[in-house]
Amino acid sequence: MTTATHDHDHAHHGPAKGITRWLYTTNHKDIGTMYLWFSFAMFLLGGTFAMVIRAELFQPGLQLVQPEFFNQMTTMHGLIMVFGAVMPAFVGLANWMIPMMIGAPDMALPRMNNLSFWILPFAFAMLASTLFMEGGAPNFGWTFYAPLSTTYAPPSVTFFIFAVHIMGASSIMGAINIVATILNMRAPGMTLMRMPLFVWTWLITAYLLIAVMPVLAGVVTMMLMDIHFGTAFFNAAGGGSPVLFQHVFWFFGHPEVYIMILPAFGIVSAIIPAFARKQLFGYSSMVYATASIAFLSFIVWAHHMFTVGIPFLGEAFFMWATMLIAVPTGVKVFNWVTTMFRGSMTFETPMLFAVCFVVLFTIGGFSGLMLAVAPADFQYHDTYFVVAHFHYVLVPGAVFSIMAAVYYWLPKWSGKMYNETLGKVHFWLSFVGVNVLFFPQHFLGLAGMPRRIPDYALQFADFNMISSIGGFLFGASQLLFLYIVVHTIVAGKPAKAKPWDGAEGLEWSVPSPAPYHTFETPPDIDKAPQLDRKEP
Amino acid sequence: MSEHRTDTERKSGGHHSVVVKSLLAVVGMLAFVFVGLVPMYNLICEWTGVTGRTTGASEVQNFVVAEDRPIKVQFLATNNADMPWEFRPMVKQVTAKPGELVQVNFYARNKTRRDMTAQAIPSLSPFESTPYFHKTECFCFNQQPLAAGEDVEMGLVFQIDPDLPDWVRTISLSYTLYDITEQQEVASAKP
Repeated sequence: MTTATHDHDHAHHGPAKGITRWLYTTNHKDIGTMYLWFSFAMFLLGGTFAMVIRAELFQPGLQLVQPEFFNQMTTMHGLIMVFGAVMPAFVGLANWMIPMMIGAPDMALPRMNNLSFWILPFAFAMLASTLFMEGGAPNFGWTFYAPLSTTYAPPSVTFFIFAVHIMGASSIMGAINIVATILNMRAPGMTLMRMPLFVWTWLITAYLLIAVMPVLAGVVTMMLMDIHFGTAFFNAAGGGSPVLFQHVFWFFGHPEVYIMILPAFGIVSAIIPAFARKQLFGYSSMVYATASIAFLSFIVWAHHMFTVGIPFLGEAFFMWATMLIAVPTGVKVFNWVTTMFRGSMTFETPMLFAVCFVVLFTIGGFSGLMLAVAPADFQYHDTYFVVAHFHYVLVPGAVFSIMAAVYYWLPKWSGKMYNETLGKVHFWLSFVGVNVLFFPQHFLGLAGMPRRIPDYALQFADFNMISSIGGFLFGASQLLFLYIVVHTIVAGKPAKAKPWDGAEGLEWSVPSPAPYHTFETPPDIDKAPQLDRKEP
Repeated sequence: MSEHRTDTERKSGGHHSVVVKSLLAVVGMLAFVFVGLVPMYNLICEWTGVTGRTTGASEVQNFVVAEDRPIKVQFLATNNADMPWEFRPMVKQVTAKPGELVQVNFYARNKTRRDMTAQAIPSLSPFESTPYFHKTECFCFNQQPLAAGEDVEMGLVFQIDPDLPDWVRTISLSYTLYDITEQQEVASAKP
């Protein structure tokens, strides 16, 4: 009801003026924009922390920062990038694109949408403020294992806990909103199996969020009780167990890593067909593969803890279950490659990022397969090999997919075309930077360099210096990204309603920039032949 | 054709039911963490003995003593971080036959100038022997208060189940001593 009246009120004029537009907005496009800018700000903040880390590791020995501060940097970098950069970016994309892709006028619950965005800046202000507190910011790693995060934690841990509570509430509200939108607000004729894959992957991601964000909230609440109320969930002296922490954390943490990659699969599945000028190969197998990955994510958590002392059978189970994930993931990679096969491909910036995603994400997947082998993991555990693995799936994986999405949909959002040459320069700098940054870390890890240390033995010096140079290059090229986006919005050439030849989907049927309100009357899906999913 | 319902039809009650179901799932998962996962973890540990955490006292049982099967039982005593007591087993190793009742003692001395309370937490290796290692008396069942400078000999009486898997020849029993003085004060201040 609320949505209906709102739409009528504003049907004939644009957004409100001034700051109140952004504070009070219930418009999915405004909220999506805010999410995306917020996530970019967090990307730069978390990136700054990463620069501190790489600068310290440029040479062996302690040069710039003390070990205590170094630990705060690794912790804050991980927390800000996971919860502040990657997750809000995907929620922002969901806000912008899902209603336009399914032919809905807005998100299902616009006021909750406003709330779920506006509590985020407070959560991250609180988290970032711990850097200036006595005892420093959280220093126990983004996985905050007990008892490091309980018995031995700095006093600021309580602020960290409440920040995580707020982020969790925001994610849960966002997820409920997305589920309600997708289930209830599709235009007539938009059946589930005709939805774009980005919508499908987000529907499944939203279910994952609803299932595991409460687990995260639960585990930090147990920490809070252990620290302040004398319980002993994770304290062996009181009959608890620190290993319990790891089980509960990774029961949340493993689905969380798929929360950060499934929407990326959706983005890539939209971009590759557009620039290969072919329909996506194996649409329904993509849907089932996504659902299988989501299901498997709940039964593999202990592969993060092979070395804590799990019985042989447990190690075997978690090892095989983990390797099983390679099957649906392989289906996806196969489908993307087959979509490109004999297509009329062109390589505009979004396609470059998307193709690069397929290749580099697969490298990250293969190192994940190596880590899944329990006996081998005893060697790799807590080394730079793990760092290289998850950065390969998160940076040229999740982050590149977000950049691809920004280049792909920016003409629709802003009504302006970005500078193709600059976009390509940004891509090649990022591509070279990211590989110089993370590829040597595989070798460092295999040679035995542990993670989360500010200093290292001399034999690791060369690869660390190369890695740091790559890091600086990658970091600096993101400033170019900022410039490109701002330049497009301010001075870009006007974009057509459908700037990409082979692009599919309802979002291209509205003008560019997308009007403040779209699809107030549902579009007729059956007259949009490009949406017909019949496979040859 | 359900997929051809109009927009308004879908909306009526649709959002409400999605929100209610989702919130129920959220509350359910939250409850599952506290009343599901945590007790499940403890139960699994108890059944399988994975963590080597031996549980409460058991009754003395009339096993037939397996005379021909000596089991080496080794004792370890460790202080947790910052625990200043002296803590050691009085004998480092005994040979126990399955079925027989064996008594050993641990020594603890509070070297500080303040009264303290400690709690010993056991761990057994190999963990497969945990369900076959019965303690009839153990200092780890209780907290141990010691006044400044005071010392104590703490007893442990155990019995090994003759069903112990054949491959087990040596059992290591480790105790870690935790300083729980502060938790004690908090607990005694509450009522």
